[in-house]
Amino acid sequence: MTEHTMKRFESEMTKLRDMILGMGGLVEDSITRCMEALLKQDMAVARKVIEADKAINALEVECDEMTRAMLVRRQPAANDLRFIIATIKIVTDLERMGDLAEGIAEATIKSQDNPLTHLSTLEALGNRVVSQVNRALDALTRSDVQLALEVVQGDKHVDDLYHGVQREVITYMLEDPREISAGILASGIAKNLERIGDHATNIAEMAIYIVKGHDIRHVDHDSAAALLKEKQTAS
Amino acid sequence: MSDSNVAENEVTISVRNLNFYYGDKQVLFDNTLDIAKNKVTAFIGPSGCGKSTHIRCYNRMFSLYKGHRAEGELLLDGENILDPSVPALNLRHRVGMIFQKPTPFPMSIFDNIAYGMKLHGIKDKAETEDRVEKALRGAALWDEVKDMLKKPGTALSGGQQQRLCIARAIAVEPEVILMDEPCSALDPIATTKIEELIDELKQQYTIVIVTHNMQQAARVSDSTVFFYMGKIIEAGNTDEIFTMPKNQQTEDYITGRFG
Repeated sequence: MTEHTMKRFESEMTKLRDMILGMGGLVEDSITRCMEALLKQDMAVARKVIEADKAINALEVECDEMTRAMLVRRQPAANDLRFIIATIKIVTDLERMGDLAEGIAEATIKSQDNPLTHLSTLEALGNRVVSQVNRALDALTRSDVQLALEVVQGDKHVDDLYHGVQREVITYMLEDPREISAGILASGIAKNLERIGDHATNIAEMAIYIVKGHDIRHVDHDSAAALLKEKQTAS
Repeated sequence: MSDSNVAENEVTISVRNLNFYYGDKQVLFDNTLDIAKNKVTAFIGPSGCGKSTHIRCYNRMFSLYKGHRAEGELLLDGENILDPSVPALNLRHRVGMIFQKPTPFPMSIFDNIAYGMKLHGIKDKAETEDRVEKALRGAALWDEVKDMLKKPGTALSGGQQQRLCIARAIAVEPEVILMDEPCSALDPIATTKIEELIDELKQQYTIVIVTHNMQQAARVSDSTVFFYMGKIIEAGNTDEIFTMPKNQQTEDYITGRFG
């Protein structure tokens, strides 16, 4: 990429990129740690996740201010415009992901009274979601369209695991009413994880938009892949 | 460059392999392009890229100067207007032009517009008055000048003068209006008025505008053509050019990474 003749704009773009990736790093960390807190029943870690959400919220506000100022001052076009539009949307996704991780940490603290007994499927779902988040952020960082597409397509696997957890939780609750309190908590945690996965998908879609200028949201996977392929041969 | 950036039945001007020379120096290279009917086409590119030279071929303005010559085909409704057998006066009747600085004639507002009509053979007084009013209304100037038609055109503000020139151009009912940086000498409000006018005029006319203001190109045009060093680098739908240009040079230029 050739450098901007406007040096200040160039440095603003770099700063915005660093900011969004930094925010992504914090969110990734919160998600990993809320799962760690849950699985190890580590309340100190859970409280740290809750505390860390403040920094994520502050970054959301800072990013929004920065993108607004850049739109007013620079009227960006083409790849700059796509990146800024995508950033505005990604920031919202990241902030929501942070909230959902915080929710899992809070549920972990609550679960002290009703310890969750059947964690293995929840752990599998958590691992899968953490991997989706990692890869979505990698795709964004490296402008890797192929990886982003894999994340989008991988959301189905997250959904399957999520439904598996819900079925299992319901079974336990039916078998033993004393499991109901823990079951409700587990069900809520699974729901949060599934939604974090959805936000990771959104980020991957935006990573594709930045590179390809193509909106693949709400398009089925095969058509999306075909569209991207078509774009590739055209350019 | 494909030959089909515009659907075939909607083409007003077809440019085919246009080459242009100032004496020995070639400044346009194999420009091929279609200008869509009743659309606004914007030409963008750095200074000296050939966009003004290109637009000035559309009414053979260059023929006023010695040693300037164009080769290739420039078809207006299928007729090659580079052919000297097409009379220049007739051509400039069909292809009007607006310049960077407003150029009112040193005569009254009324006569500024009536003058061109006279040249094109309209003599009847009532018809002239009708058409002057229609042209001034068409250029969104009538309400501001209807009580001062006898005043000199030069007494108007810069933005009004530019609209007077637009009125003068549309008075002879051309097919195409060329605008070479029509707003670069105007303030933002006068610029907005001209841009709104362009939006209305395109219902009747085909408009080609040269502009250095990228946001203006994005606002007013349907198609955008990027020129660089005498070549057409990319032509296409304006929204696409400004969000997802296909060519790296276009992208570098519109994002300010050029040079």
